[in-house]
Amino acid sequence: MVEGALRAGCRFFAGYPITPATEISEILSVKLPQVDGTFIQMEDEIASLGAVIGASLAGVKSMTATSGPGFSLMQENLGFAIIAEVPCVIVNVMRGGPSTGLPTFPSQSDVMQARWGTHGDHPIIVLSASTVRECYEMTIKSFNFSEKFRTPVILLIDEVVAHMREKMVLSDEEEIEIFNRVKPTVPPEWYIPFEDTPSGIPAMANFGEGYRYHVTGLTHDIRGFPTSRPDEIGPFIARLHRKISQHFSEIQMADFFQTEDADTTIVAYGSVARSAKRAVIEAREQGLKVGLLKLVRIWPFERSAVEKVLQNSKTLLVPEMNMGQISREVKRVNRGVTKVFTLNKVDGTIITPEEILNRIKEVVA
Amino acid sequence: MAEVTKLIHKYLRHDKKFPHVWCPGCGVGILLGALIRAIDRVGYEKDEIVLVSGIGCSGRLPVYVDFNTLHTTHGRALTFATGVKLATPSLKVIVIMGDGDAVAIGGNHFIHAARRNIDVTSIILNNNVYGMTGGQYSPTTPYGMRSTTTVYSNIEQSFKISELAVTAGAVFVGRGTVYHAKLLDSLIEKAVLKEGFSVVEVIAHCHTQYGRQNRLGTAVEMMEWQRDHAVNVEKAVTMKSDELRDKIIIGVLVDKELPVYQDEYEKIRERSKAAAGR
Repeated sequence: MVEGALRAGCRFFAGYPITPATEISEILSVKLPQVDGTFIQMEDEIASLGAVIGASLAGVKSMTATSGPGFSLMQENLGFAIIAEVPCVIVNVMRGGPSTGLPTFPSQSDVMQARWGTHGDHPIIVLSASTVRECYEMTIKSFNFSEKFRTPVILLIDEVVAHMREKMVLSDEEEIEIFNRVKPTVPPEWYIPFEDTPSGIPAMANFGEGYRYHVTGLTHDIRGFPTSRPDEIGPFIARLHRKISQHFSEIQMADFFQTEDADTTIVAYGSVARSAKRAVIEAREQGLKVGLLKLVRIWPFERSAVEKVLQNSKTLLVPEMNMGQISREVKRVNRGVTKVFTLNKVDGTIITPEEILNRIKEVVA
Repeated sequence: MAEVTKLIHKYLRHDKKFPHVWCPGCGVGILLGALIRAIDRVGYEKDEIVLVSGIGCSGRLPVYVDFNTLHTTHGRALTFATGVKLATPSLKVIVIMGDGDAVAIGGNHFIHAARRNIDVTSIILNNNVYGMTGGQYSPTTPYGMRSTTTVYSNIEQSFKISELAVTAGAVFVGRGTVYHAKLLDSLIEKAVLKEGFSVVEVIAHCHTQYGRQNRLGTAVEMMEWQRDHAVNVEKAVTMKSDELRDKIIIGVLVDKELPVYQDEYEKIRERSKAAAGR
């Protein structure tokens, strides 16, 4: 994740120590100053995200990393970044909750917090990863999406993936696609900072570049000034949603593994997707037609990917390290078409391939 | 053209629809004037200034001024300002907060920004009350006073913001009032020019909420109270603590030198590059 962040151009990190996300802070505190970046340890997570937003407004790609309790504190400024359309990346290494919960044990219980944790009606982009390589790639993608759509992007990792050691080859020649925020090209007096453009994404000027404009967490008009006019509020909130929804296809990320002929499809993400893949292989050896839909983009939900596997699967199984957060979404998309089964584990241990395989046999029988 | 008209034309936003949100007689306008005059004297370009605020009556100040302006969440202005300053140190960052903003919900950020010596100027408008939400008691509401949430009298002791800033390590701390307009101009000018974390506490009146509930009179009468109860810091040292009990000490309380965060961090960058063998 650190390597991905640095290659994506991240040059500012503000964070607060929390298990199991502290390693990101520690490594960036060493590496960021080497590339003329800035690392700062703030007084809490509220301050961390505040500083990240400030740095991004000043033109520097910025991120923070935390876990459940810290992520709860960040919800306030997460909403600010959404309404003020400030690109930034928030890594949440999920641990068991509620409250202080299980600091050193894995969990996937922040899926809904990532979606709805901050108040108000808002869109959000949330990505996940299940391998070390994916952590690297998804961090870059998170930065690209945040810069492209002018929105905070959350990278939701579980503790197992975050602490995993895997070999990964990174070459300096490797071509990586980097997206930087679109800046205004018009003279300052023509610049409309929150313009309703066809793409829904206005050009973003950085502080100090001559485009003096107002940034606020209040609902604002296209010039950034607070408004209470219904004819300005409605279109603004609609645009915030539209700028993500009309680009769904560009941010689609789901992996299909042996789903073409599968009677039973597992829908999984994060470390559970690894166990699920193993379970698919073993099930196939035993003559069971099982496939895997691995979700990489968590929010907006991969509706079309689920609809695709619904065309031939008779049964869906959603194993998760929570009480059933993504399975609710799968059931919503399913609308009674097939049977959706869950496998929920909240005891601080991982879901093993064997457990998934046993559950498959149970639900198929 | 009158001097004030020139300043209005230069510094207030032409495309922002007035009237402003403040009550007639409010002290925020005096602070706004002082800020603009100070910046004009210092000679900073409008492009290089980032004016950050929190939530409340004072939080609405930046929207009217033609700088890079950032109206943040309640109490968090200093955290955003920290990010702006460290990401782009060439920007001049000024933060406007209220008393509830700075020392209640944002109290932790305030003492830590001071401790780190982040190079930003904090201007805190202290009117002893949460005005915008209808006059609830704040951390600076004096003991025994009335508010909409202390109708039977306030039983909490109040914070002294400037003294808190001194203890937390701010390198420049000044206190003024909106009555002493010339002093306020010079305090803000000094604070803006100071490298490191500088604080100007501005004693102001809220006749609409705090004044009305405590029968302190009109805006003018409350400003006369400021005149009658302010004691210059030089004179205060000659007075006994009994005589100072109901007085406000105004002037420069602290002006000292400490390493500034961004300069220290630059050394960290050099050290890290040396360690990496570059």
